[in-house]
Amino acid sequence: MAEADRRPLVAGPDGGAFGAVLGRAIWAVRAYCFIAAMWVRSTMAYRTSFAIMLAANFATTALDFAAIMIMFGQVDALGGFTLPEVAFLYGTSAVAFGLSDLLLGSAERVGRRVRDGTMDVLLTRPVPVLSQLAADRFALRRLGRIVQGSLVLGWAVSRLELEWTAGRVALLASMVLCGTVIFGCVFVVGGAFQFWAQDASEVQNAFTYGGTTLLQYPPTVFGRELVRGVTFVVPLAFVNWLPALRVLGRDDPLGLPDGLDLAAPAVALLCCAVAGAAWRAGLRSYRSTGS
Amino acid sequence: MSDARAVGDEEDASGPDGACGVDTAGAAADADAGFIDVRELTKTFTVRRRSGLLRRTATSVRAVDGISFALRRGEMVGFIGPNGAGKSTTIKMLTGILTPSTGRLRVAGVDPWQERTRLVRRIGVVFGQRTTLWWDLPLRDSYALVRRMYRIPRARFEENLARCVELLELGDLLDVPVRQLSLGQRMRGDITAALLHDPDVLYLDEPTIGLDVVSKARVRRFLTTLNAELGTTVLLTTHDLSDIEHLCERVVVIDQGRLLYDGSLGGLQEAGRGERTLVVDLEYEMPPIAGLEGARTVRTEGPRQWLAFPAAASAAPLVSRLAAEYPLVDLSLREPAIEDVIARMYGG
Repeated sequence: MAEADRRPLVAGPDGGAFGAVLGRAIWAVRAYCFIAAMWVRSTMAYRTSFAIMLAANFATTALDFAAIMIMFGQVDALGGFTLPEVAFLYGTSAVAFGLSDLLLGSAERVGRRVRDGTMDVLLTRPVPVLSQLAADRFALRRLGRIVQGSLVLGWAVSRLELEWTAGRVALLASMVLCGTVIFGCVFVVGGAFQFWAQDASEVQNAFTYGGTTLLQYPPTVFGRELVRGVTFVVPLAFVNWLPALRVLGRDDPLGLPDGLDLAAPAVALLCCAVAGAAWRAGLRSYRSTGS
Repeated sequence: MSDARAVGDEEDASGPDGACGVDTAGAAADADAGFIDVRELTKTFTVRRRSGLLRRTATSVRAVDGISFALRRGEMVGFIGPNGAGKSTTIKMLTGILTPSTGRLRVAGVDPWQERTRLVRRIGVVFGQRTTLWWDLPLRDSYALVRRMYRIPRARFEENLARCVELLELGDLLDVPVRQLSLGQRMRGDITAALLHDPDVLYLDEPTIGLDVVSKARVRRFLTTLNAELGTTVLLTTHDLSDIEHLCERVVVIDQGRLLYDGSLGGLQEAGRGERTLVVDLEYEMPPIAGLEGARTVRTEGPRQWLAFPAAASAAPLVSRLAAEYPLVDLSLREPAIEDVIARMYGG
C-alpha cells in the first residue's frame, strides 16, 4: 500500500496492472504475517509474562461491562434497550474493535516513529511501510479484549429471544467483519494524520478507544447531533448501532434514512478507499518534508 | 594530491580523476564511473513559524543547495561536514527516503525516489544513532526477518551471515536480544543486517559514534576487508576524522548545503592550509625562536616552544637548523588535526 512511489502502473503484456496490484497486496499481507509471526514467537519465549498480560487485558476490559451490569442493578432499561440488547451492542463493538486493535493497533505509532527517526529505517526496507508498522510488536495479549467481548456477545445471543435465521446469523457475521474493517480504517487514517501532526495520537484515541466505548451503549442515550456525527462523519454507527437495529428487530429511533442499516459493507469499502488515500498522502508528505 | 580541487570556483564538478563525459559514455561507463551520480541536487524545506497570534509565516530553507559529485563503483568515500550541513538530508535522498526538490540522482542506475523498493534491494544502510534491528528480538531472529523481507536465497543468506559473524566476531551474540547488546556489539549487528542481501552500495551514517577503541578498530578492519574483497561501494558520514584517515582516500566536504571540497585527504589539508607543529624542548628558557625560514613560534611555555610550519614542507631542514643553533633536548612532531583544517575551511 505504501508503494505509491512505484512507477505509474502500466498494463503489461499479460494484463499486468491488476496483477501487479494484486501481487503487491499479497506481498504486503505476507510480509505482515511473517513479521507478526516473529513477534508471536518472541513473546512466547516468556510464557508467564504473556499469560499475566493476557489476563490483565481481559480483566480491564471486563470492568467496562461490569459498569453496565451495575447500572442495570438500578434500572430495567437504558434508552429503551434491555440488558441483553445492550450486551449485544457491547459484544459486537468489543469484538470488532478488539480484532482491529490486534491487527492494526500498532499503526498508531507513526508519530513516535517520525520523532525518533525510525520511520526512516522502515523506508529502507523492501516491504510496504504499513505492513511493517502494523505488524511491529504484534501483541497477542490483545486477544483478552476479543475473548471478553465474545463471551458477552455469546451471553447476549443466548438471552435475546430471537429466532436465529440464516439471514440474522449472516448479518451478525458481517457486522463483526465490517466493524473490524471500519475501526481498522480509523487506525490507519489516524496514523496517516500523525505524519502531519506527530502528537495527534491522543485525538486518535478519542475515535478508537472512545468510539468503542460509545458504541457499547444504545444510540438513544446520546444526543441527535452526536449520533449523526458518528453516522455520516466518522461512520462508527455502521459498526453495530445501525445493523444491530435490524438484527434486534427494532424500529429506528433515530429518524435516519431507510436502508442505512444494511449499508455497512459499502461503508467499510468506502472507508478502505479513504484510509488508503490518506496513508499514501501522509507517506508522500513525509518523504518530501522529512519530519 | 593532484586530484584535489577546491570546488566552488569550478563550474562543473564532474566525476573524479577527470572522468568527464559521463553523459555521453555508454552504459558500462555509467555503471562504473557514475555508480552514484549526484548532479545539481537541491532540497528545500518549508519551515512554518508562528509569527503572531494566528499568523504563520513560511520560510523556505535550502538544506542542500546544488551539490554534484560522483562515486566510482568500489570507492570508499568519506562524507563530512558540521552539524546541519546537509549530510543527512543528502544521504536520505540517496537512500530514497526523501524526495529531491531539483537535480538528478542515480544510484546503481536506479532513481532512488521513483523506484525506492528496487533501490533498497541494492543498498545497505546503517544509521549509527538508531538501530535497524528489532529491539526485543535476538539478533538471529532479526536476521531471519531480514532474509524474508529481502527474499534472500537461503544458501546465500547462510554464507553471508557466516562471513559477517566470523569477521565481526558475533558468534556468541546471536541469541541475545538486541536491547541487551552493548553499543559496539549492536553496531556490528547492524552492519551485518545491512549486508545480508549483498548490497552494491553501503551507506554508513556515523558508524563509529560512541564506540570504544577496540570496537572502532574492529569495524574499520571489517569495512576495509569488505571494500577490498567484495568491491562494495561505501559512503560514510562521520564526526570522527580518524575514521576517514583509516578508511577513505577521498573525502567530500559540505557545509550549509554546498559542496566545499571533493578530493584526497592530503589535499584537504592543503586546501585548509594545514600546519604541522614541532614541539621543541630546550635546555633552558629562551626568547621565542625567530629567524627560521617558513616557521613561526606560536607558543612558549618555560623551556618548551611550539613552532608551526606548512604541512606540505619537510621537517628535516628545520630540525637540523634547530639542532645546530639551539640547545636542543628533545622534540616531537604533531600532524595537523583535520578538525582544525575543516574548521579553517568553514571559517574562510
